[in-house]
Amino acid sequence: MAPAPASGPGLATTVPAPRRVAFRRPGAAVIAGVAVLGTLVVIAVVAPLLIHDYVSINTGARLLPPGSEHWFGTDHLGRDIFDRTMVGSRNSLVVGACVALATTLLGVLFGLVAGYFRVVDSVLMRAMDGMMAIPGVLLAIALVSLLGGGLWTVIVAITVPEVPRTARLVRSVVLTLRELPFVTAAISVGTSTPKILLTHILPNAVGALTVQATYVCASAIIAEAVLSFLGVGTPPDIPSWGNVMAVGRQYFQLAPWIIGFPGVLLSVLVLAINTLGDSLRDRLDPHLARRSGL
Amino acid sequence: MLKYVGLRLVAVIPVVAFVVVAVFLLLHLAPGDPAALIAGENASPQQVALIRARLHLDEPLLAQFWMWLAHLGTLDLGNSIFSNQPVARLIAQRIEPTLMLAIATTVLTVLFAVPAGVFAAWKSGSTLDRGVMLMSVSGFSIPVFVIGYALIYVFAIQLHWLPVQGYKPLAGGLWPCLRSLLLPSIALALLFSALVARVARATVLEILSEDYIRTAQAKGARTPRVLLLHALKNAGVPIVTVIGLGFASLIGGMVVTESVFNIPGMGRLTVDAIMHRDYPVVQGVMLTFSVVLIVVNLLVDLSYSLFDPRIRYRGK
Repeated sequence: MAPAPASGPGLATTVPAPRRVAFRRPGAAVIAGVAVLGTLVVIAVVAPLLIHDYVSINTGARLLPPGSEHWFGTDHLGRDIFDRTMVGSRNSLVVGACVALATTLLGVLFGLVAGYFRVVDSVLMRAMDGMMAIPGVLLAIALVSLLGGGLWTVIVAITVPEVPRTARLVRSVVLTLRELPFVTAAISVGTSTPKILLTHILPNAVGALTVQATYVCASAIIAEAVLSFLGVGTPPDIPSWGNVMAVGRQYFQLAPWIIGFPGVLLSVLVLAINTLGDSLRDRLDPHLARRSGL
Repeated sequence: MLKYVGLRLVAVIPVVAFVVVAVFLLLHLAPGDPAALIAGENASPQQVALIRARLHLDEPLLAQFWMWLAHLGTLDLGNSIFSNQPVARLIAQRIEPTLMLAIATTVLTVLFAVPAGVFAAWKSGSTLDRGVMLMSVSGFSIPVFVIGYALIYVFAIQLHWLPVQGYKPLAGGLWPCLRSLLLPSIALALLFSALVARVARATVLEILSEDYIRTAQAKGARTPRVLLLHALKNAGVPIVTVIGLGFASLIGGMVVTESVFNIPGMGRLTVDAIMHRDYPVVQGVMLTFSVVLIVVNLLVDLSYSLFDPRIRYRGK
């Protein structure tokens, strides 16, 4: 917790302490999180430019354990796991970022509409309840298998089950705010509804939405890996952590490194994103932070 | 109480209706001809026509829907395209391993996560608290199949304590069955505990600052009594709620875990059906899992009145 702001003698009792949100010194966890995320973003940008040969098959180097030649070992076709993991980081980050963005946009749209227009609310929210009643992973694998493989299909399939939660969050913010004086004041001076929603209500949800988007990003990265692992994710010609690990399923007893290295990297990345989400939440909403821990 | 139950039951109807319509429409959402999609890329026009006729895909959409509903009414989920067996029978054959896995995971989670959360709240800020929260955030961050393979590597491949994969049916004895489920249920319980321990900790932490806890302590109640009787009982509603909500991710986790540990349950049935483009099975499994999820959450809602009599009386 931040120390009480230093105050001049005699002033402390009369001047209320300003709300301090930013410029608190970041903790070790945040620094570690930023470092991990930053490193992996750099890898995701640079690796595909440097490593070109991550597909060629080398039967002489099948299932080699990690060593000086192949840092992460090789798979059943003699492909270098290190190269494929580095290149595959791009796919995970792209999926995570796109799903977080798409979920937030759709969630804001549905949430604002449902929260502000009573008529639409009950229908839309029952539909959201219904969607939440279908287990997300099942819905996603069914959607991918129906829409056909491809990076964009995977992004759509992971986004769809994530939207209801964000929509509910936005709706709850709208429901609390629409009764407050500043909104009724805006209505009474004739502000148009879209303007009220976008300039008066939405800015108050930005904090909660950012935190939510971080968690969505983290769970989307896991979901992509799960889909690819089950064989219905990113197409095999695009290296992704899930794809690399899917290959390792059949050879796990012989070559545990095929799942091990990408698995550890994936977990570290998601852990970093979740840690950042937690500390962001603590900063934006001290009350929530006290309730939800960390 | 009866009114409360009635209201809850009525609230479930639109959700079930949405799920039924959504699962039915799923096949028709795909671009192009569903029959061609099921038949696959190398199918001849005759095969496509055969599938279209068998699934009544040549009828109008509404007629198909009524037919599907009528069959659902008699618990007929159609026949598998791949094995030609009734989907309901396929699901019935696969239900035991999945049910056992779900029970084992839930028991492990409750036994581990609830005490962990309570202790973490009691010793808030301590090393133990940090440990529990670190475990919780890791549970959210490590994919369940990575945990699964890590457990297999350590306990089956390196130490040879437990079987690598497979499931022993309950008919062969309870102990062999539980032994075969030990690693998969631990993997799933780590995932599930992440959620439950976090909520348990947060709720108990909040309750411990309430006046009645201070009163209990002032009257000389000992710590275990305060924690268990006063704090945990009042934390019951949020904890049970999160177990219900977490069931959705548990089902997703089971689909993955059954594939990792080669358990012939409903999760494997789903993945195999997706691979074979066996959509009647996919629809049947999705519907079954969704209904289970809805029923679990309904039971959770109803259990509130056990923990909190105010809810019971409000319904009157």
